[in-house]
Amino acid sequence: MKDIKEVETGILDELKNTSIDASKCMQCGVCSASCPSGRHTTLNIRKLVRIAGKTTDILSSEELWMCTTCYNCQERCPRNINIVDILLDIRAISVHQGFIHPEHRAVCEMLLEYGHAVPINEKNRKKRVNLGLEELPETVHKYVDGLEEVKSLLASCGFGKLIEHTESGVTEDKT
Amino acid sequence: MKGLSLFLGCLVPNRYPGIELATKLCLAKLDIDCTDLPGASCCPAPGVFRSFDRTTWLTLASRNIVLSEQMERDMLTICNGCFSTLADANHSIKEDDSAKEKVNEHLEKIGKEVKGNIDVRHIIEFLYEEYGPEKIASYVERQLDIRVAVHYGCHLIKPTKDRGLGNFERPTFFDELVTALGATSVEYPDKMACCGAGGGVRSSMKDRSLKMTEAKLSRIKEAEVDCIVNSCPFCHMQLDEGQSDIKEQMEIEYEIPVLHYTQLLGLALGFPAEMLGIDTDIEKNKKFMNLLDAGMES
Repeated sequence: MKDIKEVETGILDELKNTSIDASKCMQCGVCSASCPSGRHTTLNIRKLVRIAGKTTDILSSEELWMCTTCYNCQERCPRNINIVDILLDIRAISVHQGFIHPEHRAVCEMLLEYGHAVPINEKNRKKRVNLGLEELPETVHKYVDGLEEVKSLLASCGFGKLIEHTESGVTEDKT
Repeated sequence: MKGLSLFLGCLVPNRYPGIELATKLCLAKLDIDCTDLPGASCCPAPGVFRSFDRTTWLTLASRNIVLSEQMERDMLTICNGCFSTLADANHSIKEDDSAKEKVNEHLEKIGKEVKGNIDVRHIIEFLYEEYGPEKIASYVERQLDIRVAVHYGCHLIKPTKDRGLGNFERPTFFDELVTALGATSVEYPDKMACCGAGGGVRSSMKDRSLKMTEAKLSRIKEAEVDCIVNSCPFCHMQLDEGQSDIKEQMEIEYEIPVLHYTQLLGLALGFPAEMLGIDTDIEKNKKFMNLLDAGMES
């Protein structure tokens, strides 16, 4: 069994590889000045770029999830650092370590069960019929075989297992 | 040019079916060859799913792309989020052989293979590139003499290196499609600012996302427009339902009608509001329709 230190080093290496581009940063602050979320939340994208690849602390940072992925920072970065792409990769490492917001987990469960992040409900079935549309749209909602395909692919990619994963590294008891 | 298949996604068929109908009515009226895409799923949404696991995201997106490949049609999206996922995934499939190989290992289990031989289009970009404002204007039956705040949304145009629709700071293509209908596109500060919903922020930090929305709405209000027009049902929901949330939480009332471009286009092509899913039971939308009718009579 690997000890915690080895695991930590592995994750830090992963973060470093993901964030190589961020080392070009000269901390000019154009990113933060362009960030709509930064005006209204504690997100300081310049700081995230500075610590990217340097510490595993970033993985539990709330700010990681305050980015709306609007890409303003990336578009305006004078060093052409792919800031949002790096942030998305760091988010993925964070999720794989079990840092998952309950609301995001719920969205994932919708996808796993219905093949839609936002599935149909009673109100909208009626709305469809009143408009003269079919009650169910031409999606996996109507085609059961299609939904089975989506479920097979999600299983093949290990997505269900991923979202059951928690911070402590154990799989939640779903009973 | 190939024909198109209509990719619905989640929010349009399951929350705003009026946008689905408006899109179908407009496409038929404009003689655009576009069919249903049976059996498609969530794109899957870039905010949460791409953030969580790139392989899952790319594999599910590729299954949707395969469905359209099998029909030998390009995909048409009416949502910036779906466009972001499907265009980016399609790009990866076309440009990155190892990614394509990895995805096909998963797809093989359901007897499918992604080839990378179609394109993904967004309705705004498609109408502008393939029809253009002048041709759209020639179909207009009802000139819309109104003031419009155009909201591009982020993922229609960014990242610009992948979208290829030009600079994001001051684009005009969407505005041109709006003015083609007789309307005035009003300039307003922070026009290119995000609605606040994307990246999984709306789902896990709704209060924070609404602060961004409120900032955007306050700029739009100052510009004294008759409605907001968007190209994305997620922005649509944030800007529309967000007004009710903001009223409740911050006690600020905006009352600005919100339309997807296909609904505005539908009105200009002569379809009644009810057929386009513009809910006229809501006071702000009723006022908006009265304004349009008054314009027609004068």
